Amino acid sequence: MTTVETATGPAKTMVLNMGPQHPSTHGVLRILLELDGETIVKAIPDLGYLHTGIEKTCEAKTYSQAITLTDRIDYLAPLSNNLGYCLAVEKLLGLEVPKRAQYIRVLLAEMTRIASHLVWLGTHAIDLGAMSVFLYCFREREEILKIFEMVAGQRMMTSYFRIGGLALEPPTGWLRAVDRFVRMMPGRIDDYETLLTENRIWMARTQGVGRINLQDAIALSMTGPALRAAGLAYDNRKLFPYSSYKEFDFQVPVRTESDCYARYMIRIAEMRESLKIIRQAMDKIPAEGPIRAEAPGIVPPGREKMKTEMEALIYHFKIFTEGFSPAPGEAYVTIESPRGELGVFVASDGTPKPLRVHFRTPSFVNLQSLPKMVEGQMIADVIACIGTIDIVLGEVDR
Amino acid sequence: MAENSQQSTPVVAEHLRSWNPRAVESVLEFHGEITIVVPRELLRSAAERLRDDSSLQFNLLSDMTCVDRFPAEPRFELNYHLTSISRREKVRMRVAVPGDNPVADSVTSVWPGAGWMEREVFDLFGVRFSGHADLRRILLPDDWEGHPLRKDFPVEGQR
Repeated sequence: MTTVETATGPAKTMVLNMGPQHPSTHGVLRILLELDGETIVKAIPDLGYLHTGIEKTCEAKTYSQAITLTDRIDYLAPLSNNLGYCLAVEKLLGLEVPKRAQYIRVLLAEMTRIASHLVWLGTHAIDLGAMSVFLYCFREREEILKIFEMVAGQRMMTSYFRIGGLALEPPTGWLRAVDRFVRMMPGRIDDYETLLTENRIWMARTQGVGRINLQDAIALSMTGPALRAAGLAYDNRKLFPYSSYKEFDFQVPVRTESDCYARYMIRIAEMRESLKIIRQAMDKIPAEGPIRAEAPGIVPPGREKMKTEMEALIYHFKIFTEGFSPAPGEAYVTIESPRGELGVFVASDGTPKPLRVHFRTPSFVNLQSLPKMVEGQMIADVIACIGTIDIVLGEVDR
Repeated sequence: MAENSQQSTPVVAEHLRSWNPRAVESVLEFHGEITIVVPRELLRSAAERLRDDSSLQFNLLSDMTCVDRFPAEPRFELNYHLTSISRREKVRMRVAVPGDNPVADSVTSVWPGAGWMEREVFDLFGVRFSGHADLRRILLPDDWEGHPLRKDFPVEGQR
């Protein structure tokens, strides 16, 4: 505790414990707030309530088995994590994924971005007192989850991207469902904007709140929509393209206000850009073609082959019993997850189990700038700031 | 297998060498990723150089993490993944840290974002960072014994 000067003389500050069971912390985040009245003098985030040792567990699994763990890091964007991890292992192996699989990956990754932004918008709005937006957002997210279920057989823990390609051939007619969604969604985004963008209460709660200047943001390694709202068009899809992103035409929304409102506007614009990418991907995906790389001993053979070819059966057995061993070395891949830069570091020592898997998760790194955003602001602004950093505690604590 | 690239030394390494010939122990290249191995005592000054040199500008610390090569020595390997936003380039800076004295300089003065990353490495690997203003455990409880990401820490936990 420190002593502060007030109108009536020196006074002591008060320490308030926010969380870990506070609904607006989006999980189990605890923040120690040192307060002078309602003004924040100091904020100290306390993490680890959801730490499950995923990185340690990865070291005890084969490369393929670890995919299921990546879903559980960021449970609101499982396919982005699948993609990051698969790309890292593929880089380690020097595997080239067929174009058809790459386009399907792009389409689903952008669907994930919309689904994740919808959960963000809904929960952020409910934190600031706009109840109805939450219901609309979850209605649309449900449509996306139905498409995920159609393709992967799972709504949330998809594990659909595998090393070398995809787990399954997508079902016939799945693109019709995507098409319905893509037609419906722009109007729905307009609806959210009608409810919020020029809403006076919304603007009062978010404009000028949680400012951080660009220099501080870069110094604190902040990435994603928050960095783009501070005026820098840093997007891994453009700067370091992966999975054929350079063939797609889309904009990277940038704003300069760097407040909660700017971050809201960026994410709304990003949903529209994602729809653009999805439309292009729908045209690009060939009707037929391989969805897995041809790599015996690494990528499991098709069911047909397994029943007719001796070699294929042996490979299948070997992949699922002992796994495969990449040459010793390291690979680091960064992708643009809905929350920012997701980096996956994989180190191999030449055995079937990774020597080290590390996830550079955007939530963990971005959360570090929370104190900078809220110090000097009011206590109610903390909630707006946590909302616009868009953290997922599973990803923060891993 | 990572190997020394003799014929074409990457620009980053050349720049560091021209600043201080001892700054680059070796340069590794693997699948297009450049790794510059820097001696432990030059970690912070090399980091400053990488950030401030106008032809390098590695201003974003994307990630920092550790690898435990137990029982080999030096046991720990710190990997700093740097991005130069303006030059669209990435590089990995690596520092070897021995197991009997796991201490390295903190780079929080160069990239403040390293603060939590170093706390995480301290928490899970037990590598200490001198010059870090707030080196506490970050993910595990304060009274936790041991450092779980070390290779000699069993997966099922210590009994």
